[in-house]
Amino acid sequence: MKADKKPATWPHDIYQAFKRTGIRQVAYVPDAGHTQLIQSCHGDHEMKTVSLTTEEEGVAMLAGGWLGGDRGALLMQSSGAGNCINMLGIIQECRFPLLMLVTMRGEWGEFNPWQLPMGQSTHDILGRAGMAVQHVDDAARVGETVFAAAQMAFSAYRAVAVLIGQRVIGFKDWSK
Amino acid sequence: MAKRQKSTLDRRDALRAILAKRGDALLVTGLGSTCYDAGTMDHPNTFYLWGGMGAAAMVGLGLALAQPTRRVIVATGDGEMLMALGSLATIGADRPRNLAIVVMDNELYSETGMQPTHTSRGVDLAAMAKAAGFARTGTVHNLKQLSAWVPPLYKTPGPVFLVAKITSQRYPMSIRLRDGTAIKNRFREALLGSKAFD
Repeated sequence: MKADKKPATWPHDIYQAFKRTGIRQVAYVPDAGHTQLIQSCHGDHEMKTVSLTTEEEGVAMLAGGWLGGDRGALLMQSSGAGNCINMLGIIQECRFPLLMLVTMRGEWGEFNPWQLPMGQSTHDILGRAGMAVQHVDDAARVGETVFAAAQMAFSAYRAVAVLIGQRVIGFKDWSK
Repeated sequence: MAKRQKSTLDRRDALRAILAKRGDALLVTGLGSTCYDAGTMDHPNTFYLWGGMGAAAMVGLGLALAQPTRRVIVATGDGEMLMALGSLATIGADRPRNLAIVVMDNELYSETGMQPTHTSRGVDLAAMAKAAGFARTGTVHNLKQLSAWVPPLYKTPGPVFLVAKITSQRYPMSIRLRDGTAIKNRFREALLGSKAFD
């Protein structure tokens, strides 16, 4: 049960927002929802795109990137958001900018019960860890939401998470 | 397990020998004693981590990617490195040529009551880094061995990984600068000039 039968354009919209913002480092733990965006970033020679073993590595990496003058973005699935909490302390204490894009599971039409604990608490947990958390459920608004979040991250020196709702990603029909 | 060699290396002598040759290299310290040690040789090209255990190597990677023409040195402790073994795989896979990591390994969690770390029971961080794909790795136990390793830390195409086995000697905390925003801004201004505040 995909949210939209047509090929999704929002991953490209995010990529365009990255280009407008001048994103130079992209760190990710793969998620199916981010497949197309990860491919675009790997194919862009102006971006240094790094595959991580765990999400918190990306928080530390992008802090180092900013120290060196690079803007970055961190991509993950909601199941990995909790891994970042300790490292987010660095971001908060030093007021590093951070742009985090989280594709949501365990949120809407989820069939896998193991996704629920993290999916239902991602918003609160990241907020309590000092991030501004923005949720987008409309595929047409993903690009502008990411661009606006990037502006807040890099111009206002804040940690901003964009949660891309499961309505945008679609879910597996487990009913039969 | 390889035969264990006793260390005669003092932690501050070791870091002093390394940083004497820093030139325009950028330094990231892990939290705890390496932060305090580096504080006795303060420099605007040093970024001190006072928290975020496990962050040092990856902060170094991000910095190395952003500044490919500058050497980046990460100095951290064995406990801090053990908390981020996955980052060895990430760095080994990415192979940044300008990154070198030095682990000051006293085989103890010296900030928290001198409990032994896994390196005291044979876990070999240099072997792990080598298996992860680091270009050059090694372990030293005295000042003479360390001195021979200083030029490769700055010149050998990386990623480079050195374990400096040090004694359990402790020193008083000797750094006052601890405000994270100030440490970040000082580092960026020294490196990027007026662009630091764009």
